[in-house]
Amino acid sequence: MALTLDEVRQVAALARLRLEPDEETRLTADLDHILDAFTRLAALDTTGVEPTAHVDPESAPLRDDAVTNPEAPDALFEGAPARSGRLFRVPRIIE
Amino acid sequence: MLDGYEAVIGLEVHAELLTASKIFCGCSARFGAPPNTNVCPVCLGMPGVLPVLNRRVVEFAIRAGLATGCTIAEHSRFARKNYFYPDLSKGYQISMYEQPLCVGGGLDVVVEGVARRIGLTRIHMEEDTGKNIHDAHAAGSLVDFNRGGVPLLEIVSEPDMRSPAEAGAYLRALRSILQYLEICDGNMEEGSFRCDANCSVRRIGDRTLGTKVEIKNMNSFRNVERAVDFELARQVQALQQGEALHQETRLWDPDRSETRSMRSKESAHDYRYFPEPDLRPLVVDAAWVDAVRAALPELPPARRQRFEAAHGLSAYDADVLTQRKDVADYFEAMVAAGAGAKDAANWITTELLRIVREQKLDDALVIREWPIAPTRLAALARLVEGGTINRNTAKGLLPRLLGTDVDPAALVAAEGLAQVSDRDALDRAVRDVLARHPEQVEQFRSGKEKVLGFLVGQVMKTTGGKANPQVVQQLLRAALSS
Ligand SMILES: [Zn+2]
Repeated sequence: MALTLDEVRQVAALARLRLEPDEETRLTADLDHILDAFTRLAALDTTGVEPTAHVDPESAPLRDDAVTNPEAPDALFEGAPARSGRLFRVPRIIE
Repeated sequence: MLDGYEAVIGLEVHAELLTASKIFCGCSARFGAPPNTNVCPVCLGMPGVLPVLNRRVVEFAIRAGLATGCTIAEHSRFARKNYFYPDLSKGYQISMYEQPLCVGGGLDVVVEGVARRIGLTRIHMEEDTGKNIHDAHAAGSLVDFNRGGVPLLEIVSEPDMRSPAEAGAYLRALRSILQYLEICDGNMEEGSFRCDANCSVRRIGDRTLGTKVEIKNMNSFRNVERAVDFELARQVQALQQGEALHQETRLWDPDRSETRSMRSKESAHDYRYFPEPDLRPLVVDAAWVDAVRAALPELPPARRQRFEAAHGLSAYDADVLTQRKDVADYFEAMVAAGAGAKDAANWITTELLRIVREQKLDDALVIREWPIAPTRLAALARLVEGGTINRNTAKGLLPRLLGTDVDPAALVAAEGLAQVSDRDALDRAVRDVLARHPEQVEQFRSGKEKVLGFLVGQVMKTTGGKANPQVVQQLLRAALSS
């Protein structure tokens, strides 16, 4: 694999990570190394092997359609960095 | 119309499901609650919590899939769609990607007498986002997560539509089906039925698709048609002027009747989908699908055909009456109560639905409160059919019957409104009118047929509007030709 610096910057931007120049260089090498390992795995012949969607083969448990939660308690909002009453406050969104 | 170009339109609909609780937690999915009351650690995206899928959401999705001819996948899987926006609490939306629940299928639409089948690509389940509130006075934007985690169906069509009218017809047919299935109230203004349109144009005969533009922000069927219409013309004009189109998202501005580019930095979507590790794959066995299929109601196309065949209605009346299940039910209740099918159709389409619109009684999935019971409207219709009162008297009585349980026949009897068909009494009235209007009589005899209407009106007036107009006309003609 040869991951480029630009690809690392794009992924960092999508993940909202602000990387210093030396971190970008280091992560490019690290990620390249990780992707190499996957390239080796990809070389295995998996013909006829069912893809693993989840380690547990059982179907997802389902719940009944019932309102079981009480009205949200105030405590739920106490950790918010900024709010206006029960509304969360975020930097202004320009649409 | 598009100057040698052909339109290629595909629609993506998001339908909010009418479940009691959210898709992955036990919070209420009710619309209109005070901000952030229907929230919990799961739908607020707090660490360490796990989603548990709501069985009814799956059932509703199977219903929608079967009603539109989709194949229901035995194995399907949820995925994370990653993006950052303040209305998305977790930084990802749980959706479906590579293995949706429903695939294939399609809808039949008729536009200007031409029937076309619009293919469906897929129907999948996902969670809705929260809502950003822009307060001019607040230092920033505010976020309400009541809607976050409310179940949605995303219904994606193939790029099979060729005109704005077809897009409108597809949307109406789809909404009608979801309403019949009682899984979505279909309210575009309130956002429980939302639509994005993908549009491109290509030279007629070309097989490859042109550059695709996505249009958002259309909150009515009319706006979808207008936005698509505008966008197609814009694209053709650009191509004719030698400009290159680029793939982008554009917003419809209903006030200025135009689409404009969303200058979003992230216009190249990169959602980095991956399988949702917090949810195991979903298995829907044949027994479940069969049980849902057995409980499906009669759907609009079948009901329309039955109304035409069994009740002898025109294609137009059958279509108007079957678009909504509650209206179709009302019609059948009137017919069961003895009203003639054509008369019932007329009363509903010309009077009843107008009153419903005027009084705004149809703001949700069903018309919750009919202004008059179907048995009472049927009784009124029967009084006209049987010749007891004329149509005008009946129309005049209708407002007095709204919101009451008064028997129309009793009201007619109590107020002596039964129409006068007594020939002797009418004959006297006719002779009296002719004697008082010699000028009009002369005009009629010299060939002015129109004057008859005036004379009928005069007789109606002298009988307090209760005369049988057909009988009056007969008597007038007889008297004038003697
Ligand atoms: Zn919740």
